[in-house]
Amino acid sequence: MADTAIQTAPVKEKEPLFGKKERKLITDPLNDNNPITVQVLGICSALAVTTQVYPSLVISIAVIFVCAFANLAISLMRNYVPKQVRMIVQLVVIATLVTVVELVLKAFNYVVWKQLSVFIGLIITNCIIMGRLEAFAMANKPWRSFLDGVGNGLGYGAILIIVAVLRELFGKGTLFAGSPIEWAIIGPGALLDTNKAWLSWYANNNLMVLPAAALFVIGVLIWVQRAYNKKLVDVS
Amino acid sequence: MSSTRYILIFTITMCVAVALMLSGMFYATKPAADRNEVVFNKRAILAAVGNYLPKPLASMSDEEVLQVFDNQVKPIAINMQGEELPEVQADQIDMGKERKKPEADRVLPFFIYSAENGDQYYIMSVRGSGLWDEIWGNIALRSDLNTVAGASFDHKAETPGLGAEIKDNPSFPRQFIDRQIYADDKLVAITVRKGGVRNPLHEVDGISGATITGDGVSEMLQRGLGYYQPYLERLRAQGGGTSMNN
Repeated sequence: MADTAIQTAPVKEKEPLFGKKERKLITDPLNDNNPITVQVLGICSALAVTTQVYPSLVISIAVIFVCAFANLAISLMRNYVPKQVRMIVQLVVIATLVTVVELVLKAFNYVVWKQLSVFIGLIITNCIIMGRLEAFAMANKPWRSFLDGVGNGLGYGAILIIVAVLRELFGKGTLFAGSPIEWAIIGPGALLDTNKAWLSWYANNNLMVLPAAALFVIGVLIWVQRAYNKKLVDVS
Repeated sequence: MSSTRYILIFTITMCVAVALMLSGMFYATKPAADRNEVVFNKRAILAAVGNYLPKPLASMSDEEVLQVFDNQVKPIAINMQGEELPEVQADQIDMGKERKKPEADRVLPFFIYSAENGDQYYIMSVRGSGLWDEIWGNIALRSDLNTVAGASFDHKAETPGLGAEIKDNPSFPRQFIDRQIYADDKLVAITVRKGGVRNPLHEVDGISGATITGDGVSEMLQRGLGYYQPYLERLRAQGGGTSMNN
């Protein structure tokens, strides 16, 4: 790792920690270049885990962590990774970080680990992460790669949370179910806790908890985003 | 292009480094993970007698769960013939693995919970199939070995909002309370009935949209409680939970 520093040292270009370019690395994936709604990557997990907000939040944090540190690690190694096996190296790095996430969850939040079970492991196959390693970290310096990873993780997480809020609220009438701050908000579930009873006539829409609903919700999100963000509209 | 030699050295070094790091982490987190698993399983068993615990299960810390389990629960392992197996630890029986064995060779966990007022509750574990994957649960009986004192269910992969409601919606397990598993000395267990209960003593309401999970619960109870019959009969012949004294 020290060698990388020596190699990059001769470049005298000034690189502020949070200059305009760096900020753009974080904000771009949130809107103009969102991995889910614009690049349409990582759809599989966005459909599968978004039935409830709490697991989506945990997955989002895990993806931010994996994406940021995988980008950092690959960027540090980028000049040493043999080109023929770079994809395998990227996969090893991702799989290592995902295993770390799994071990930590198992030790510190067992209930959530049980709930997410297979989806944690599936982060390895999340196309966003490998996509960023191949497209960004292999060609950029560590700090920028790290920010790019955080940005893309955030962009992914933001969509996940929006979809999960809509699905859980209208599908189950709750928010953050299973977490320490579980809210029963609308529908018959809210009657169990009379302090929060609200719109108790609402019948849960079972369609919302099925994977198909996530596809509809993401479709609508893409539509809404394009209605507001003219940059994304293909003029040709 | 890198030489084959460089590629080999690079990949081997990387794999060894990663393997060492991960195995180190695995052993560092293993005690915490194992303990979490034990607490998780004990919580599930205590959930069946949730109404008779010193305080609500959700507000109990991990230490309190272990303490209640150690002080107030007597685990007994039994075989399919209803004989106690003192050499087997009941709280370590993996129902998922038992389910794969031939029926006659299975070992079952049985728990006697003594509430603070001296009442005893008998907890049995059952396991079956839902719509997508396995479902399981714990049923607690009162000292008449007939009336249900409480139930808790869990599942591996039922649909959230539909089949998963057997666990997520507390009103589903609550329906089992005061139902009876025997009719005229014959085991009828408890049936999850679609479209409204007809026999309030032995049936509970199903969840709309979760017919197959509900049928799975019915089948699991009928078969799973059946496994405990030889032991329950033995207990009844002894006049209730006398085995608590030994």
